[in-house]
Amino acid sequence: MLPLSAEIKGNLSFRTGVQAGISLAIGYMPIAFAYGLLSKTTGLTFWETVAMSAFVFAGASQYTALSMIAAGANLLEIVLTTFFMNIRHLLMSTSINEKVEPDKWWKKALYGFMITDESFSVAATREEKMLSTPFMFGLGVIGYGSWVVNSALGYLIGAGLPQTLQTGMAVALYAMFIGLLVPAAKKSRKVILLAGTAAILNSLFSLYEPLNAGWRIILSTLISAVLIEFISKGE
Amino acid sequence: MTEEIYWMIAGMAIVTYTPRMLPLVLLNASRIHPRLQGILKNVPYAILGALIFPGVITIDPNHLSFGIIGALVAFIAAYLNWNVILVVLSSILALSLYSFIEK
Repeated sequence: MLPLSAEIKGNLSFRTGVQAGISLAIGYMPIAFAYGLLSKTTGLTFWETVAMSAFVFAGASQYTALSMIAAGANLLEIVLTTFFMNIRHLLMSTSINEKVEPDKWWKKALYGFMITDESFSVAATREEKMLSTPFMFGLGVIGYGSWVVNSALGYLIGAGLPQTLQTGMAVALYAMFIGLLVPAAKKSRKVILLAGTAAILNSLFSLYEPLNAGWRIILSTLISAVLIEFISKGE
Repeated sequence: MTEEIYWMIAGMAIVTYTPRMLPLVLLNASRIHPRLQGILKNVPYAILGALIFPGVITIDPNHLSFGIIGALVAFIAAYLNWNVILVVLSSILALSLYSFIEK
């Protein structure tokens, strides 16, 4: 058996993590910016807006919370909805745990705070077999920084950005997901099957109103990951 | 109102952080059954498919062409093995131009 050498760990530094996270930091800009603006129009103060980004750090549920506040929902309803939207992180955290270097529990608990759809996708599609703790911190911190700073800027500068640029930037995170998926799909038929099956299932589920986005993503991901695993068993 | 918002933020923070942190802290990767490991390794690619579709089509629910063009530009750039940052930037640029011409 090989020792746990730098080669296997990929020897990834904090700096490499930051570099890997630049695309998601760019992707967060318009979304955090728009959140800041929306929060202001919903009537939250500057610090409430920044605190939600700093402590929750979950785009879709922050938007949902704002619209529920506007609709007069109570605290418990908002927290419960947030829980159901974000329980999918359980799946990502379990999956990435297979790929990160073993380390002290509190370090993993710290960078665990910064696991999002986006940072997970960047980390999980890296070619290295094992990701170091500094890499995970670098990747997390640049995305987190972008999210909090741009939420604040959105609140302060508001509608200052030209509309055409704002519309164009809405595509950013999707472009990033595509940029991560396509290179892997070119190399492996299994990747195409996995992504294709989940995409079709999620599109079908989206036609069924009562299922929120969080549950849709969990269901379509799980069904696809299990199904394709059993189908490709013989390969 | 203000105090209630901070309670809400605290509640949201707890229910969001717990599922992010628990598996990393509690699970021992080497003790997981190989079949389950296989499934977990599939998760990233499956989740990317679910994150992209149908969301990308509905970026602008009034102009479906918008999302389709953005996705297509990103796909081509990614297919040419461009760096992810360039994929993101080229897609933003293409859509900004498109929306500038359209409106």
